[in-house]
Order: sequence, then C-alpha cells, then structure tokens
Amino acid sequence: MTSQSIFRAALLDASVAVPAGLTDGAGRPAPKRFAVYRNNVAVSLTEALEAGFPAIARLLGADNFSIISGTYLRAHPPTSPLMMLYGADFPTFLAGVEPLAHLGYLPDVARLEYALRGAYHAADATPIDPATLPNQTHLPLAPATQLVRSDWPIFSIRARALSDDAPQPPVRPETVLITRPGFDPQAQIISPATADFITALLANTALDSAIDIALRTDADFDLTAALTMLLAQNAIISLTTEVPT
Amino acid sequence: MIPLPCAPGVGYKPQHYSDILANPVPVEWLEIHAENYMGAGGRPLAQLRHLSERFAISVHGVGLSIGGEAPLDTDHLSRLRHLCDWIAPASFSEHLAWSSHDSAFLNDLLPLPYTAATLTRICDHIDQVQTTLNRQMLLENPSSYLAFAASTYDEPDFLTEVARRTGCGLLLDVNNVFVSATNLGYDPRDYIDAFALAQVGEIHLGGHDEDEDDHGAPLLIDSHGAAIVDPVWALLDYTLARSGPRPTLIEWDTDVPDWPTLAAEATRAAFALAYARDVPAMCLPGAAE
Amino acid sequence: MSNTIKTLAVAGAVAAALAAHTTAAQAAGQEKCYGVSLAGENDCAAGPGTTCAGTSKVDYQGNAFKLVDAGTCMTMELPAGKDGMMRHGSMEALDRDLPMEG
Repeated sequence: MTSQSIFRAALLDASVAVPAGLTDGAGRPAPKRFAVYRNNVAVSLTEALEAGFPAIARLLGADNFSIISGTYLRAHPPTSPLMMLYGADFPTFLAGVEPLAHLGYLPDVARLEYALRGAYHAADATPIDPATLPNQTHLPLAPATQLVRSDWPIFSIRARALSDDAPQPPVRPETVLITRPGFDPQAQIISPATADFITALLANTALDSAIDIALRTDADFDLTAALTMLLAQNAIISLTTEVPT
Repeated sequence: MIPLPCAPGVGYKPQHYSDILANPVPVEWLEIHAENYMGAGGRPLAQLRHLSERFAISVHGVGLSIGGEAPLDTDHLSRLRHLCDWIAPASFSEHLAWSSHDSAFLNDLLPLPYTAATLTRICDHIDQVQTTLNRQMLLENPSSYLAFAASTYDEPDFLTEVARRTGCGLLLDVNNVFVSATNLGYDPRDYIDAFALAQVGEIHLGGHDEDEDDHGAPLLIDSHGAAIVDPVWALLDYTLARSGPRPTLIEWDTDVPDWPTLAAEATRAAFALAYARDVPAMCLPGAAE
Repeated sequence: MSNTIKTLAVAGAVAAALAAHTTAAQAAGQEKCYGVSLAGENDCAAGPGTTCAGTSKVDYQGNAFKLVDAGTCMTMELPAGKDGMMRHGSMEALDRDLPMEG
C-alpha cells in the first residue's frame, strides 16, 4: 500500500492503527495528533450531511443522525471534491439501515432534500415567452425541474420536520414537484395526472401525447391548471434563447 | 480583470452578500472556494458574477489534491479552467496538501512528508495546473498537527524549492505558521525568516482553537472559527515588515460572525498594511498596491 | 374525443393558462436580486459547502452506537404507508445496536 492508502484507511477507521512515522515536533509518537485528521474528516462530512439533509437530521435527532451519518460517511466517502454533490446515495443507504426500517418514509424524504439541492444548483434557463405557447408542439422544462414520487406524505413530513408550526402529516402518498422560478427552489404537491404529464414533458414527449398520458391517469386532468402552474413557476423554457453562462 | 490589491480581503460567505455590497469598507477584494462555484447555475454563480463586477476575486481551490500520490483529477482541472476562464480571477491558489485518494475525497487538507519524491510530484502537478489554467498559481503552506519522520526538508525550504522549480507564487497563511510552530515546537519568526517572501502573492489570517496532545503539549486546531489572536497579528506585523504590503485575507469559515465583526478584523489588517507601507513592496506581477 | 375536438380543447386550455398567467405574473413579484433579502435565509437549499479549516468539535466514533429516542420522529403521527395503518413514529425500535463495525 502507498502511504496515502495507509493514511486513508486509518482516517476512516479508528480501529486501524495510526500510520507509522508520524510524530510530534520532538519525535515522539502522538496518536492524538493523527486523531485531529480523523476528526476533521468525520465532523466535516457529518456537518455536510446535516447541511444537505436538514429534515432527516431533525427527524432522527442530533445523536442518531451523527451515528447514522458517521456510518455512511465511512462506507461512502465523497467521490467528488464538489461537496454540493455529496449524499446522492444517502437515501438508498438509509433504506438499508435495519433499525430505521419502521421509518419507511426516511429514504423518500432524503430523496426530496437531495432533489431540492440539485434544483438550487441547476443550470439557469430562460422562461418561454408565454405568447409563443400556442405554437409549441413540445414544452421543454427548466433543468431545475424535478419530480419526487412517494407512497409517503414526504412533502408534509419534511415541512413538519423543519417547522413546528406545520401540521401533522396526513395519511396519503404525495408526489412533489420541484421548480425554481428564480434562485430559490419551490416544492409543491401535485396530482398523479399532473405528475404523469410532467414526467412525459421531461422525457421530451410531444405535448399532445403528454396530455393523452395524463388523461389516461385521470380523465379529469386539468390541463389549464397544469400549464398555469408551470408558467407561474417559470418552468417552461425557451430553447431558442441563449442561456447565460 | 481587477488585480488583487495590497489591501484587506475576506473569504466570501453568502450571508454577507447584501452587507458587502452596501458597506464593504475596508474590504477591497473577495476570496471564494472554487468548488462552491462549480454547479451548473443558480444563485451561487449569479452572486459571483455580480460581485466580480465590483471586487477583485481570488479563486481558492480546496479540492485539487495537489499533493496526491495519484495523477491530478483532470475533470476537476477542467472545471477549474472553466471557472477561471469565466470569472478571470486576480489570483488562483491551492494548498500544499492532499485530499483525494483511491476515489475518495476526504474533505480535509491532509499532510505530506517533505521528501525529494514529494517535491517532484508536487512540482509536476503544479506544472500541469499552471499549463492547464495558463496562469501562475499560488501554493499555500498548511497547518501541521504532526511531523513525518521521513521528511528531509523544512517546510519553508520545500516551498522555496517548489516556487523555484515551477515558477509558482506562494500564499503565506500566517495563522498556519503560528499553528504549526506551536504544534511542532519551533519559533514562527524563524519560519518567516526562512520563507521566500518575495514569492508571496497573498497572506491569509484566521482564528484557531486550542487543545492538547497526548503529552499535554498545546495542540492548536486551524478552525477558522474565531477572532485572530494577538500573537498572530504580531506575526503578521513581523512578516509585513519584511515583505512589504501584500493582499491580506481574513478567513472565517465556521461560526461565521456578522459583517461588522468580520469587517473589524479586516480593518485591523488594514492598519497593519498601512503600518508596513514604507517597507519596499514586493508585490508579484498582477498585484497592485 | 376526436382529434379536432382535442386540438380545440388544448388550444382553449393554453389560452386560459395564458390569461391566468398574465394576471398572476404582475402579482408574483419574483425575487430579483441575486441574493437575499435577509442573512442567507434563502440559502438553506444550497447544501454543504467546502472548507479548508479543521475542527475541534469531537466525533465520538466508537463510543455510542445506540440510537436513542430523539428527534421529530418521536412526536409525529405517521402513516405506515402501503398497509394503510396509522402508526406512531416512535423510535423505540431504534434502541438497539446498529449493525456496524468499529
């Protein structure tokens, strides 16, 4: 093993011996000094996960969260120096933590939080000129647009986790649409038909086919409401205008 | 491009955005962490674009792992080039450290033995960076918590040699010198005396925390989470008296204070710079007084 | 419905959405500034940023591997999902060792 392999292994596992040849200034071994680096890695990544998954942190409580995140960060350290990306597989990891199995909603709430983060950093886009809407055969959506579907009331659980003023979550599945009308991501619950409509648009399906898909889900699909909402969220974009760098 | 002035700057925090635009005095330039501005869009890039119209920007990388045993991450290097091409910063700097190994980014600046092998590797990586970015970079001295028995160079000599071989400039973190000197038991002024001050394109200052090692010796942690202590200000004076005025940055990254508190630290740096104004300045090309 | 009727229906819906949009757009008051009205409060969606600092906060790895009763889960009434049963989001089942090494 190279020296950095040895160092890396010992950083992520406190049961691994401190690498040889590390001393204090006087040449004495001083394992507590190596512990500074161990600590920096663990604490900084725990704080990164807490910043990225604030609702999960609230739901679990600080002590539980630090145990769960401590296990995760050692098994799944970041693979990119872009910390804004860290935690992409945290939802999947949560789903596999057996003592959390009875909290089945946690992975989906984590997916929602990660999607919000992705929307925050997504590319800018120019909203469509609404006057051209009647001429469109396709409706391209902004890169920030994301859907998170769940069997759980994830929107309501997240809201409740982040604010004591939010109501108790209802018993229902919730599909959440994330948009970014400006710089702040917005989350809202949408109907299954609207979700299918937006999923189709995201797949670049032609508008009339997307409508058919939504109508098959729900014969009462309200196209006007869906389009009004997407326009209000600046979610329908123009592909002809140059996007600023 | 606005050159980095020999004046106080601060590490930019988004919560200070409005305050900085409303009342920046005495801050004349801002430093950003490169990796926080590598998203595709949104508020971070919009803020940076707007700030760069008014302030000189220093791009400070924390994720390139220049000291890594593995080859540099060329994807990351491309992202850095894209950012530097876009924002045309007055300065680009990185650390004498490693942070990635075997596909893991460890989110800390990890230490290196100062050996001939390390020197060769670092110089190769810096050559690659400077070629890719088509600009000179600055390399920052780390905070040390331990020493490598294998080291054959003192840190100032190692950095001098890196600068000589690659033509890179140096970023002198005075707090890191104080932290390392305390932790490893040497006089920080000896370190400054041995440092290639003519190559220093930027100075960093920050706060640290105090702890103890296994033997009860002081162990300082470079936390960037507190006010700068008096001995570090004294070490800044000692440095500036020898280097002349340099672009001088306040780093406060954790428990970030309100803007007036941060600006007060910058004001103290402004006084130190004013006091050193009669010392012949040795600002690097690209830096302006 | 026939294609013609459907085309008309779509055109009608688009027109109605446009009408609604023009009315709503003035009222919406998009955030214009690059930032932020108040201290970074809008930035909670940014997620983790980088640091080049160390920390003196201590990670107690290896000391506490028991999940404890804490957090909002304790006080939230939550549905169990597919079985349709309401269940109190208690953490009692967490009071046991996590399967992890260290």
